[in-house]
Amino acid sequence: MSEIVLRRPARPVRVLRQGLTLAWRGLLKIRHSPDQLLDLSLMPVTFVVLFTFLFGNAVAGDWHSYLQFVLPGVAVQTLVFASMNTAVAFNADLRSGIFDRFRSLPVARSAPLIGRVLGDAVRNAISLAVVMAVGFALGFRAHGSPAAVLAACGLMLLFSLSVCWLGALIGLLGRSPESMGGIAFVVVVPLTFGSNVFVPTGKLPGWLQTWVKVNPVTQLSDAARALMQGLPVGHGVQNSLLWTLAIVVVFAPPAVFVYKRRV
Amino acid sequence: MSSASGGLAIEATGLVKRYGKTMALDGVDLAARPGAILALLGPNGAGKTTVVRILATLLRPDGGTARVGGFDVAKDPDKVRDLIGLTGQYTAVDEDLTGYENLVLIARLLDHSRAGARSHASELLDRFELTETARRPVKTYSGGMRRRLDLAAGLIGRPRVLFLDEPTTGLDPRSRGVVWRLIRGLAEEGTSVLLTTQYLDEADRLADDAVVIDHGRVVASGAPAELKATVGGQTLEVRPSLPDDLVAATIEAILAEECGTVPRRGGADGLVSAPLAGGMSGTAAVAAVARRLDAAAIPVSELGVRLASLDEAFLALTGPVSERVQ
Ligand SMILES: Nc1ncnc2c1ncn2[C@@H]1O[C@H](COP(=O)(O)OP(=O)(O)OP(=O)(O)O)[C@@H](O)[C@H]1O
Ligand SMILES: [Mg+2]
Repeated sequence: MSEIVLRRPARPVRVLRQGLTLAWRGLLKIRHSPDQLLDLSLMPVTFVVLFTFLFGNAVAGDWHSYLQFVLPGVAVQTLVFASMNTAVAFNADLRSGIFDRFRSLPVARSAPLIGRVLGDAVRNAISLAVVMAVGFALGFRAHGSPAAVLAACGLMLLFSLSVCWLGALIGLLGRSPESMGGIAFVVVVPLTFGSNVFVPTGKLPGWLQTWVKVNPVTQLSDAARALMQGLPVGHGVQNSLLWTLAIVVVFAPPAVFVYKRRV
Repeated sequence: MSSASGGLAIEATGLVKRYGKTMALDGVDLAARPGAILALLGPNGAGKTTVVRILATLLRPDGGTARVGGFDVAKDPDKVRDLIGLTGQYTAVDEDLTGYENLVLIARLLDHSRAGARSHASELLDRFELTETARRPVKTYSGGMRRRLDLAAGLIGRPRVLFLDEPTTGLDPRSRGVVWRLIRGLAEEGTSVLLTTQYLDEADRLADDAVVIDHGRVVASGAPAELKATVGGQTLEVRPSLPDDLVAATIEAILAEECGTVPRRGGADGLVSAPLAGGMSGTAAVAAVARRLDAAAIPVSELGVRLASLDEAFLALTGPVSERVQ
């Protein structure tokens, strides 16, 4: 074997590079098994089609105009659901033998966590692209500028990145990949269905409105709708960003802490 | 190696590990010289994997200390991780990635440049005769191919101390030969190797030193050849004419006393055998056993000594299976 001379970069650079290397691992998996792409698109397609035609006539009278209302929210919902994949995948990862190998190497403790979240951000971007594509195919029309539409997508991705940290924490705390489903359900359902994604806040029962109004999913859906339709955004963007930041600040440090304790 | 532990590559003293009521390790001491191969022998559940995991910084001991390359595994795990390579008992590669990608991944994590990682990976694949399957996802590999990839992954970064937990389990004789040669080659280049195995034979062929553990305790240690000598290398066998449980138990009691080791019953025909303890004369043992059998009025159809197999020597060191299953 040839002699290898290694120059060690500074610590933060190493951590980031190791994180990126591990994110690359996640993306390779998508490349190797196209069925993973199917996995990533199945839920978004189902969500868009199902909710448009299921609630379309009941809520808005006709599905076509309902699609204009519901699509940005369904995009947010899809991303929140997708972020829970982080929990399942991370939990399975932690149990797999390859994590023992990482742990026996001089790999930064936080690198696998960073790699997971970054890799999942790319997966989420794919899911978001699918939602938007299906939406446009069914007749969704954005009246906002392309830049505003992109900004909406960016806002949603940033938010999903923050929820991935919550997913990672759940993945770390859960006993088995099978148990993840239940926990994720308890987190995801109040967030997505207890929001104005499907029904405008005003039409919801009063007791629910209090929660719906503060729910980050509501804030984000409002902002995304306004941006995509070229309507006045108000505090929507600002509130969404604040929520995104808050979720990271609340969930990333405990995730890192629990992870370090575990390994 | 640092001189902090008198130049030893691995030094463990009084390692204790509990899992609930199970004492996985109950005060294990071991030492490995740099550039030497140390075999850790023991039956299922003896504590081999537990020792390896503690030394590789994956598990914290409940008691005792361990140093690898002079660094304390509990206090300085990062320094230890810089030195070691590990191939655990269970495969630690990514099933969805190809063999090549797996190795590049590890090399990249260890700060190799992209080009460096690629050439390092190809080189290792070549060494382990995996070049042909390098571009296939690991999930399509056979058990032995997976094992070899796993061993290759443990060598990335040229570790100075290498831990191999049952490296040849599941390999065919040819691959076993390849792996044995590689391990010897690494040791000649100066790598210190700790490997676990269930076979005294493997230790005998490969290792400079061996430590036998059972129930989390060291039961013997020394050069593998010495270990064989301590259990005599001869086995005394008695086949009763009318085998039944009571007769077999009586014969066992006699053999235990006369041979100084733990006897074993072999199958339906009532054969009872026991390795002779070190230095014991075969003829004297046969004569002594014959007198006792005669006094106990047990007719036998066969009585004699033969050369013990290594497996029997190993069993003699670690006690019968029935004792191990708690
Ligand atoms: N995570 C765990 N939880 C509970 N008990 C454990 C755990 N890991 C190991 N043990 C126990 O510790 C003892 C030693 O196990 P270990 O895996 O070290 O044995 P081993 O010598 O490697 O055996 P084998 O040859 O079967 O691999 C066994 O009794 C085992 O049941
Ligand atoms: Mg083991």
